[in-house]
Amino acid sequence: MQTVKGIGVRASLVCCEAGAAGRGFRLVLKPSLSGIHGDTMTENGCEYRDRVLTMDTMNPNVKRVEYAVRGPIVQRAVQIERELKMGIKKPFTEVIKANIGDCHAMGQKPITFFRQVLALCSYPDLLEDSKFPEDAKSRARRILQACGGGSLGAYSTSQGIEMIRQDIARYIEQRDGGITCDPDNIYLSTGASDAIVTMLKLLVSGEGMSRTGVMISIPQYPLYSAALADLGAVQISYYLDEDNCWSLDISELRHALQEAKKHCSPRALCIINPGNPTGQVQSRQCIEDVIRFAAAEKLFLMADEVYQDNVYADGCKFHSFKKVLFEMGLEYSEKVELASFHSTSKCYMGECGFRGGYMEVVNLDPEVKVQLTKLVSVRLCPPVPGQALLDVVVNPPQPDEPSYDTFIKERTDTLATLAEKASMTQEILNQVPGIKCNPVQGAMYTFPRIHLPPKAILEAKEKGQVPDMFYCMKLLEETGICLVPGSGFGQRDGTYHFRMTILPPKEKLKIVLAKIKEFHQHFMEQYS
Amino acid sequence: MRVGPSVEKCGQMRFITAEAKASAGRLDGKMREKTLTMDTLNPQVKAVEYAVRGPIVLKAGEIERYLEEGGTKPFSEVIKANIGDAHAMGQQPITFLRQVVALCTFPELMDSPSFPEDAKWRARRILQGCGGHSLGSYSASPGVECIRKDIAAYIEQRDEGVPSDWENIYLTTGASDGIMTILRLLVSGKDSSRTGVMIPIPQYPLYSAAISEMDAVQVNYYLDEDNCWALDINELHRAYQAAKQHCQPRVICIINPGNPTGQVQSKKCIEEVLHFAYEENLFVMSDEVYQDNVYAPDCQFHSFKKVLYEMGPEYFSSVELVSFHSTSKGYTGECGFRGGYMEVINMDPEVKAQLVKLLSVRLCPPLAGQAAMDVIVNPPQPEEHTFKQFHQEKSSVLGALAEKAKLTEQILNSVPGIKCNPVQGSMYAFPRIFIPPKAVEEAKALGMQPDMLYCLRLLEETGICVVPGSGFGQKDRTYHFRMTILPSIEKLNVLLGKVRDFHISFLKEYSGLEWDEI
Repeated sequence: MQTVKGIGVRASLVCCEAGAAGRGFRLVLKPSLSGIHGDTMTENGCEYRDRVLTMDTMNPNVKRVEYAVRGPIVQRAVQIERELKMGIKKPFTEVIKANIGDCHAMGQKPITFFRQVLALCSYPDLLEDSKFPEDAKSRARRILQACGGGSLGAYSTSQGIEMIRQDIARYIEQRDGGITCDPDNIYLSTGASDAIVTMLKLLVSGEGMSRTGVMISIPQYPLYSAALADLGAVQISYYLDEDNCWSLDISELRHALQEAKKHCSPRALCIINPGNPTGQVQSRQCIEDVIRFAAAEKLFLMADEVYQDNVYADGCKFHSFKKVLFEMGLEYSEKVELASFHSTSKCYMGECGFRGGYMEVVNLDPEVKVQLTKLVSVRLCPPVPGQALLDVVVNPPQPDEPSYDTFIKERTDTLATLAEKASMTQEILNQVPGIKCNPVQGAMYTFPRIHLPPKAILEAKEKGQVPDMFYCMKLLEETGICLVPGSGFGQRDGTYHFRMTILPPKEKLKIVLAKIKEFHQHFMEQYS
Repeated sequence: MRVGPSVEKCGQMRFITAEAKASAGRLDGKMREKTLTMDTLNPQVKAVEYAVRGPIVLKAGEIERYLEEGGTKPFSEVIKANIGDAHAMGQQPITFLRQVVALCTFPELMDSPSFPEDAKWRARRILQGCGGHSLGSYSASPGVECIRKDIAAYIEQRDEGVPSDWENIYLTTGASDGIMTILRLLVSGKDSSRTGVMIPIPQYPLYSAAISEMDAVQVNYYLDEDNCWALDINELHRAYQAAKQHCQPRVICIINPGNPTGQVQSKKCIEEVLHFAYEENLFVMSDEVYQDNVYAPDCQFHSFKKVLYEMGPEYFSSVELVSFHSTSKGYTGECGFRGGYMEVINMDPEVKAQLVKLLSVRLCPPLAGQAAMDVIVNPPQPEEHTFKQFHQEKSSVLGALAEKAKLTEQILNSVPGIKCNPVQGSMYAFPRIFIPPKAVEEAKALGMQPDMLYCLRLLEETGICVVPGSGFGQKDRTYHFRMTILPSIEKLNVLLGKVRDFHISFLKEYSGLEWDEI
């Protein structure tokens, strides 16, 4: 109704608009012009005509897009927050949004050094301020020198600032024990999501039987399914093995591929390691198997490694796909096409709002690379503050620099707290009868399996809800805790899960877990 | 969850056998053949063209590197006049904006006496709108709520009281992101029911690139060069009727002030466009990122929203309109922050829900850009401490731009064989250049557009990088280039002098005429 506010005819229009809103009509107040449209119609005494953009005329691929992490449950959570503000009584005083890996929103503090460098870059007058350490200033100066006009406000080249790409390449080389990395293979991006969608966009082609199929893990991070729906590609699901700590099983990959070959052309394989939402960390052996499989089946590999610093479990270690690929010998390292993704949003930085990220492409056809560069140029460049942030992430204080001790302490504290919360979450959830939780080896989430009684499933179906959505909605209404139903990530038929982040501060996390425990017990009693 | 097309639907046996043969062939000979090649690449990606950062800019980069490595050229530096990149051209950021962004980034600075209170107050307010009071948290996908409210208030003020609902405001990653998102919603149908998108020619090539990428139908309407690049309503009718034969025109895009053409639309012209959109049931996308960049004394910016309102409720309650704005242009020129917003009017509520869903997949626009946008819509007020300095910086940037707009037009028009319309607004001149038939032939022999040949030669000989008119679209057999007016006055003088000298020698070379004969 906002559009007619202030014209002085509001009241008389309310009923008409309300009646028509859902059906793609819009209100027309007696057009005084000649040539009234044939598609004009009358209802309740008001005239309507078709809108241009309605559910019927909208891009059908957009309709198919689903993104549960910010889906209906989160919208309801926002509504409840507003209701609380308006003073409406609830059985809780605040909504806790454990639906998304949003570190700072959960109270995690930014790394001081990073923010100092960014403030210096944003407002270079501060370079004269003696309160800022020299190592922060030298980094800021270096970044600004690489920016057009020495300003964060200039566009960068579309691939990202060259000096920052060089720093990233050096960082990757160091991480991977010396395996070379070419800065020309680095593309900065607007968060990792942007780069993932861009790579998928390149890969999708063909019609019917030859339409590109993309293999994604189930459960998956729903960016993948959303992007595939948007691009009209074929989603090929391979199931992770819940009974085996959500590990990836090569025979399942093979099975999924064979089935898919009957109706599409499988061309890409996406891996999330450490896993989101499932929290597993892949073994080196498993990565080798995946690479062999991709090589044999000629699949383009996409390795989502945004949680590479988030490994908590003893005995687990992060192995980059790039490193493993190159250690498998020329037969693989010269052949397998790989794009790997990283971001400033996760790990110990948690700087989601800056939308910084990069991808490294390996063995990409040179002509296709030109096309990639062209495609990213249409969006001009990734946000420059995010690029600057990424530069400090890959080029942090060194032992001989003044900010080193503080930096190490902040980083260690953040990661240690996360490790503690990972094991605490697993322990408490596993105490609840009817909840079974795999170890959170890495990443920032737990994805426990929940047992739902048949009566609850029936009631959910009657309400037209997926059973775990029904569960999560009830949890939200009764406790204020916002989680995402497993169905938003995909799961085996007849199993139910939810994803919750382990990010809330320890004390709050304890309360959240206790409330879930209590809710689940009560839920079981109610429906048994 | 989406599954593939059913086997029944596409599973004729011959396809399956053909497929099997093809893969067997691959195994035999070409084990090394890549998965992603020019043959298997998404064909829509291949079709995308974006001249502003196209081959000429890549060439400019090469020359820059060559110079850095000690190579010699008839010039000492490359001047990139190809893009509206204000800070890269030496424009200084607005102090107040950067102070607020720095405070938001590193809140310890709130205690620093060297920052003014009005900047601190704004930073505190922005941080209060951020999760955990940090620019590092995700915002809601449509943007930070208090910033959306500030934008709505700003629009109401700009439009002299025309109501603006903050829930119709969506922050974006630069205006480009918003434009792409709205087009994505609009593109549907097959063959003759495929969405047609009307765009001006010359246009900003984001539009043609997005249309190619989405496989929509580009419907060209030509701006009237002889009439200061004005939009001619008869031409709109012509283009629409012609397009209706093979697609379904559903959208009209307007860039006002114009890019690359620099014209500012009159109120009457906007009314005509809106009436046309109303009559033909078109969705209107109005790109208003240069709304503060109006220089000609007889021109004024009119927002589509305000004009629509003034046309009366039958229009204001029915025409679907999205307008776009950005932090990258105006007097701030903060391109790198990728800030922007769009205001969506009369959108079907269900479609709006789809829009929010689509935006949510990308999580949120960059927070630093949102903060910068907030400062632009909520600048220092007369009673505030920083007002004087802010106002002085703003007027000096806009004053210099106006001067440069005039200078560019004057100097270019003094060159025989170059004709330049007044730069009424935005940041570019798009002069028409006469290219002798011999040069046209030579370009054709090289497989290149004549104005590309011209611009490449200009780059090689003078180090000046401008974009050929063919990258924006132009009437057949006319040639242009786009150059930005952003370089400093001294540099712009030098640049224009070099363009003049180059053009004259180019004409001499290809027409075999002496100077006084031209």
